Amino acid sequence: MDQVPILKIGRTLFVSIQIDLQDESVMRLQEDLAEELAATGASGVIIDITAVEIVDSFIGRMLTMIGQISRLFDAETVIVGMRPAVAITLTELGLSLNGVRTALDAEKGLAMLNGRA
Amino acid sequence: MDELPIRSGDDVVRIRQHVRNAAATTGLSLVDQTKLVTAASELARNTLIYGGGGLVRVEVVKSATGRAGVRLAFVDKGPGIANIDLALKDGWTSGTGLGLGLSGSRRLVDEFELTSRPGSGTSVVVVKWSR
Repeated sequence: MDQVPILKIGRTLFVSIQIDLQDESVMRLQEDLAEELAATGASGVIIDITAVEIVDSFIGRMLTMIGQISRLFDAETVIVGMRPAVAITLTELGLSLNGVRTALDAEKGLAMLNGRA
Repeated sequence: MDELPIRSGDDVVRIRQHVRNAAATTGLSLVDQTKLVTAASELARNTLIYGGGGLVRVEVVKSATGRAGVRLAFVDKGPGIANIDLALKDGWTSGTGLGLGLSGSRRLVDEFELTSRPGSGTSVVVVKWSR
């Protein structure tokens, strides 16, 4: 199973998903992020999905849960870089990613977290 | 026609890649490729979790009007589905999921056929046509 690395820059945790996600990897990421949030007290999480070719209902649910878990640590999650084809497919699938904020790219996501958006 | 096993999470990832290649070679648009691969991911996971594993047959097909398409047949020998109408409802799940796997993947493809009987497994055949 591949692991997704988490980088801490300032008060923000950065996650860039560069692998074809299997269910176990997404669950592992969820656990790793919760640990990092507790250990670092980060106030924001940016998840870059630029390289992600599909988001199915399982991956979508995990992303929503990451947003909810972050909130329990007083942190905000922003998903950035969603491909147009992924957005269209997610909508048709019936997934809304409720409660998770999205931004066009990492820069805009960071601005959102810093309250400048 | 290619036949791929569905026995683990790694297999699900391999199936996505295989279906992506088949869809691209067949000339499906990027959005249609993404829809088909997403449906394949949902259905492969269902085969794995609810059907106890199985296989998928991936085939490039031609319609009567000459359009090319990709046909996927997911087959398992699991417990089967007692109430198919209920299983196809948005939001209904027998497990812990969102209940969008079957109903959602049906919306993502052009043809969808589910055959199942309790005790004799489940087969889901889907087709996505190029435009």
